Amino acid sequence: MSTSFLLAQVNDAASAPFERPDINWHAVAPELVLLAWGAFVTIVDLIGLERTRRFIPSLTGIGFLLAMIPILTLWDAHAGDATGLAAVGDTFIVDRYALVLKGLFLISAYVIVLLSTNYMAEGDYYDSEYYQLIAASVLGMLVMASARDFITLFIALELVSIPAYLMAAWRKRDLKSNEAGLKYMLMGVFASAILLYGMSLLYGVTGGRTDFAGVAEGLADQGTTPVITMGVLFTIIGFAFKVSAVPFHTWAPDTYEGAPTPLTAFLAVASKTAGFVGLISLIVFGIGVQGAIVRPFLWILAALTMTIGNLIAMRQTNIVRMLAYSGIAQAGYMLAPLAVINQGSDPALVRESIVNYLVIYAAMNLGAFAVVIVAARKTRSGEIESFGGMFRYAPGLTALMTVFLFSLTGIPPMGGWLAKFQIFKALIEAGTTAGIALALIAAVNSVIAAFYYLSVAKNMWFMPAPDGDNSPIVIPPALVAALAITVIVTMVTGVTGIAPDLTDFGALAAN
Amino acid sequence: MFLNQFLLLAAVLFCIGVYGVLVRKNGVLVLMSIELILNAVNINLVAFSAFNQNIDGQVFALFIIAVAAAEVGVGLAIVLLIYRNRRSIDVAEANLLKG
Repeated sequence: MSTSFLLAQVNDAASAPFERPDINWHAVAPELVLLAWGAFVTIVDLIGLERTRRFIPSLTGIGFLLAMIPILTLWDAHAGDATGLAAVGDTFIVDRYALVLKGLFLISAYVIVLLSTNYMAEGDYYDSEYYQLIAASVLGMLVMASARDFITLFIALELVSIPAYLMAAWRKRDLKSNEAGLKYMLMGVFASAILLYGMSLLYGVTGGRTDFAGVAEGLADQGTTPVITMGVLFTIIGFAFKVSAVPFHTWAPDTYEGAPTPLTAFLAVASKTAGFVGLISLIVFGIGVQGAIVRPFLWILAALTMTIGNLIAMRQTNIVRMLAYSGIAQAGYMLAPLAVINQGSDPALVRESIVNYLVIYAAMNLGAFAVVIVAARKTRSGEIESFGGMFRYAPGLTALMTVFLFSLTGIPPMGGWLAKFQIFKALIEAGTTAGIALALIAAVNSVIAAFYYLSVAKNMWFMPAPDGDNSPIVIPPALVAALAITVIVTMVTGVTGIAPDLTDFGALAAN
Repeated sequence: MFLNQFLLLAAVLFCIGVYGVLVRKNGVLVLMSIELILNAVNINLVAFSAFNQNIDGQVFALFIIAVAAAEVGVGLAIVLLIYRNRRSIDVAEANLLKG
């Protein structure tokens, strides 16, 4: 039976010529622009060699800004468009949800190029390939935001990850960097293998559907069987590695410490956001219909992630490791609304609250990393104690770092407050005991987090410089620009309460 | 229809692969164990594809084969880098950074 089916497929293919599916070129323009520009930068680098080297960072940054243009035109063209644009069949959908995230990825990537410029040029490992790999990884993120199909999602995930493995091991002769790359690569590849196994099971039980809408349809009219449970859990675990949820987080602190610091910012913000986007799309459009499996599992993941991330963050003395663990805890808050998916609260609200958190988290965390990179130019140290006395010699920088730390804690009027508020709102509107319990756990954790965030601020304002060196810090223009962008986003979102208008955020297939 | 046999074979391969990733200390063997998991996935996909009379699974399997090649290419490059610097590819010895 199966052989004849395959033969029939081959015969069909032979008799009917291949027809290209309709492609909406406007909808895929951001990806195409970035692809073309990335190729252009690579060619410039290959031809120009040493002569063009110092222009490569700026060229890459321009590419990210160029790709913003089609995103803005798409945003305008589809105001109020409820279903979104099907760019390539129903596997690649461009709606406002995807557009907000694509914009977020491009701006974050631009800030990361600004952070990298001086760091990479002054280190021993300056290579323009670094920027080309960032462009490749960001291309994967753009695809991820639109992916509504297992195959597209998998390709996007790998396109995000594979360049990141290489960049984590960037300092070739530094054993710590090698180890960071090795751990990240092994865990990442293992996670995607588990994810694929889950996807293959879901593909089978839904009767051969790979698109999220089809998977949701196939899962909705079946009960909870062991195979479905395994498929759903494995797909979530695959993404849990990517967003560094406890207990799948063990690679994150090591990789963050060993990798070059701008790349750490890239992993902690852009790469983690990409993982979240994949997870949100997968759950909201696809497997969320199996809420009886998804909700308890995500509840446990979210509670563990925020609690353990915070408890370990308190003990850290290295600022990058502290930010790594605090990032794990923040991932816990972002996972929380998914634990009440399709239960009482509107799935659109769940998605909206996480997307808003992602935008604000990107701004405040990139800002904190920018301050760490600036400070390390003078102190040459990653220890929290080395931030002592900064108020004396760099009052402006101290004020900025305080803004970012307050925002991460969730103190009004910084953006982090708005982000946390929406998470609590989504949890409480679900109206279930589980939702309210998770909101309580998140509230307790916010208090724990205040302890270690504010202790960094205390060091900066009140402690003397450990080496007594009070000479001022010189901040290069690229880093000034990065700090300006991040602080403006952090403050404006918090003070005005502006959030992307998500009311017409694209259809929710699961409902 | 012989579906169960393929799924059992894939499940066994998957378990051997996960065991290998968790227990093996040699970097290259860990990569090979991951390949076992990916092949389990491919068997699953092709078996379901034939069972459901739907070609998507085979297309998916082709994509996985191509991406796995890229993953292993990068993976071997990193293992080789470790070997150059440490003269050993023992994953357990990479412990400069403590989680």
